[in-house]
Amino acid sequence: MIEPNTLLQPFQYEFFIRGMIVAILVGGVNGLLGVYIVLRGMSYIGHGLSHAVFGGAVVSHMLSINMYIGAMLWGLISSIVINRVSRSGKVKADAAIGVISTAGFAIGIFLLSSTRSFTRNFEALLFGNILGITYLDMLAIAVVSIVVLAFFLLLNRMMLFTIFDRETAKVYGVRTDAVDLTFSILLAIVVIASMNAIGVTLLAAAIVAPAISARLLTNNFTKLIMLSTVIGAITAFVGMYLSFLFDSASGATIVLFGAGVFAVVSLYTLLHRVYHRHSHGSVVRHKHMHIHRGEHEHHEHHH
Amino acid sequence: MNRDDDCDTAEIAVSIKDITYGYTSIPVLERIDLNVRKGEVIGLLGPNGSGKSTLLKIIAGLIRPSSGSIDFGNRRRGRSNKPVIGYMPQVESIDWDFPITVEEVVALGLWNRSGVMPWSSRYVRERVHKVLEDLGMSSKVKRQIRELSGGEQKRVFLARAIVHGPELMLLDEPTTGADPSTRDDILRILYELSREEGVTIILSTHDIRGVALNLPRVVCLNKRILADGDAKDILTQDNLLRIYGLIDSMSVV
Repeated sequence: MIEPNTLLQPFQYEFFIRGMIVAILVGGVNGLLGVYIVLRGMSYIGHGLSHAVFGGAVVSHMLSINMYIGAMLWGLISSIVINRVSRSGKVKADAAIGVISTAGFAIGIFLLSSTRSFTRNFEALLFGNILGITYLDMLAIAVVSIVVLAFFLLLNRMMLFTIFDRETAKVYGVRTDAVDLTFSILLAIVVIASMNAIGVTLLAAAIVAPAISARLLTNNFTKLIMLSTVIGAITAFVGMYLSFLFDSASGATIVLFGAGVFAVVSLYTLLHRVYHRHSHGSVVRHKHMHIHRGEHEHHEHHH
Repeated sequence: MNRDDDCDTAEIAVSIKDITYGYTSIPVLERIDLNVRKGEVIGLLGPNGSGKSTLLKIIAGLIRPSSGSIDFGNRRRGRSNKPVIGYMPQVESIDWDFPITVEEVVALGLWNRSGVMPWSSRYVRERVHKVLEDLGMSSKVKRQIRELSGGEQKRVFLARAIVHGPELMLLDEPTTGADPSTRDDILRILYELSREEGVTIILSTHDIRGVALNLPRVVCLNKRILADGDAKDILTQDNLLRIYGLIDSMSVV
């Protein structure tokens, strides 16, 4: 039997409380942005951008520039390039982004390995470490959370219109390209603020996992946004706590816990569906056949 | 009747001058000239790949033509040269699994009048509900779009094309996939909009019997304009043969 005191004991450390606050905020904003990424089917953007900024962090370390400023510049440039490439059409966006972002990551690894300056700090950047989270990190993620929330309120409708029906959005005066770019820049900022807590190599899953779990639980867009944010925050909180207990990399622990949540939710929805099929039987099946797209009806009329 | 179709001085809503689109070797549209009067309902008829959607997209400003120009006449409302457009894309471009309700889809048409809050303002809600009621969709307001039948999906997208009070409506196959009663309903609603509010409507279709023959004006398109006029006059065997290449005996008038 574990004493309740043992569970609460880590909260007496300042670094732990700091880590938990950062985890909640990081999990929340990643969960929020994850919804748009998942609905656009562009999970690779999160993956690409998070890897790319690692190069920026290393380069700014080498040049003795503040890591945030260096990574931010690098991240902004990466997001503009990624945004351009994903619209060019000739080369498939995922392939181009794969190369560009991994090259950015490789620059970081190249510099670290050639100068033999691989330290615990960089390990935290790669995999996340509660001990790597500074007061500055906490401040950064707090500011970023406010910025993301403000943009979310301002742009929510435009983003929804753009990802749901880009063509019509354009006709109705939504500046879809500007929306895309703003979103990429927001994502870059969130990635940078999340680096120390989750680590660049594991961040993509932390962005996507809450959103796909939430997607299984609701069909309502507003609920989806809220649920994904909450799942993201809780997952990161619990993951960070467990990483302290097991003395493991926080990013890995958060991602594993997030994947676990997704597995449980998947199982739940599967069982739920099977149960409903058994209890409602043919009624449900008939309805599904009926609602399956107008084209079938159209074809039937023609035959 | 507050509309005089035959009046030469009737206000021109859309004037397309010598528009060509595509590469020189494979033109999608060639030297299109078309004048549409305010409040007119016209149908673009042609087979797949005839350039119907492309022409609608050019008018909507989604695609820039290789050459030629479009003029939207003397407009009173708004500062820009473009009229307020109601647009309905083809169903193929929509992700029907997207988690969005009927109400939310229609409210997108009023995205710039919705304020900062994530929820819709009272004005938007009331306007959305009114339009959906007019289209017989009151009971489906909270439904997910993927739960709807083909005809209902059409009504929702038509509602979004109407909700912001457009001057010009560009509808890409608004009746494809709809059952005959929905199809007739949609046409009736479009006529009402044109007659009572002077909305100019350009729609594309490949339904000769159900749609084209019921329109006052049809433009037959296959890269070029092959015929333009009263449906009953121009939808002859000869013209259909020129448009489609061969005549499907089932679809002939």
